[in-house]
Amino acid sequence: MNSSSSGNVGIVIVSHSPKIAEGAADMVRQMVGNAVPLAWTGGDIDGGLGTNVAGILEAIETAWSPAGVAVLVDLGGAETNSEMAVEMLPEDRRARVVVCNAPVVEGAVIAATESSGGSPLAAVKRSAEEFYA
Amino acid sequence: MSLDRVAREKLVRALAESVIQHADELTSLDQAIGDGDHGLNMKRGFEAVLATLPGLADKSLPEMLKAIGMTLVMKVGGASGPLVGTFFMELGKALPEQSIRADLVAATAKAIDAVKARGRSEAGQKTLVDVLVPVQVVLAGGGDANAIAAEAAQAADRTTPMLAIRGRASFLGERSIGHMDPGSRSASLLIGAAVEVLEFEANS
Repeated sequence: MNSSSSGNVGIVIVSHSPKIAEGAADMVRQMVGNAVPLAWTGGDIDGGLGTNVAGILEAIETAWSPAGVAVLVDLGGAETNSEMAVEMLPEDRRARVVVCNAPVVEGAVIAATESSGGSPLAAVKRSAEEFYA
Repeated sequence: MSLDRVAREKLVRALAESVIQHADELTSLDQAIGDGDHGLNMKRGFEAVLATLPGLADKSLPEMLKAIGMTLVMKVGGASGPLVGTFFMELGKALPEQSIRADLVAATAKAIDAVKARGRSEAGQKTLVDVLVPVQVVLAGGGDANAIAAEAAQAADRTTPMLAIRGRASFLGERSIGHMDPGSRSASLLIGAAVEVLEFEANS
């Protein structure tokens, strides 16, 4: 992550499958290069399918940007764990992280594309959510 | 309700054993209508809680409950980690150091509201809320340990004919009908274990 990307909204990809999360991140990188801070996490703490709060917190830290972070999630527990992680952030960061209601792969690519143009967090979230709505 | 250190450790062990001993049953319930990881996830979480003993029981009851909740949030995974973890954390936040039954009634109501908010769920959607809500009513109404444990077991049974509206089971639509909700079963196990210890302490 270079300093030129630090102004753009960060993207975090959370999937039950680390392979899906990593693959979605690869697609984002191909689309937008290094223009946005990006991190992915997937799997439970034993390496099985699932999601975990610690991994999500770490990914948010990695993709942190002063413009905020948009989190893309797959099924149920990924969303619940992501919301839990957001609540556990320091108060000054909490309001600058949003969990998007969008398909994880498509949403990540669209959110990252929007972010790469310098859009604010609300616009990044809206683009991801509206595309497939 | 003031639990001494020995009683607090006993409570933690009873809670943990209730889910660890039923891990296979929880998994098979979850295989029917979920993703089959509930037993394993809950077992991992409560093994992690056990690993924080004996220090865990040195804390006051509210602090101990908060610590259990945090461990569950971090270790269980799935949607159950945040849901069950939130219950314990909020219960700990709401309970005073020295609590009477009325405090427990008020604190459980707050903790249930927090679980509902976390899962954006209400009673009737085939989730652990369907056990927590009626059990809290019995608690508030002055029911004894047997009445509370019986309501918990019956409430879990009552999720069997329900249609799942929240969680992975909701993907199955009407095929979720006819299977007990695994989260309701684990909640009833935990409640049964808790009231057994609390009743014993109250009478001893």
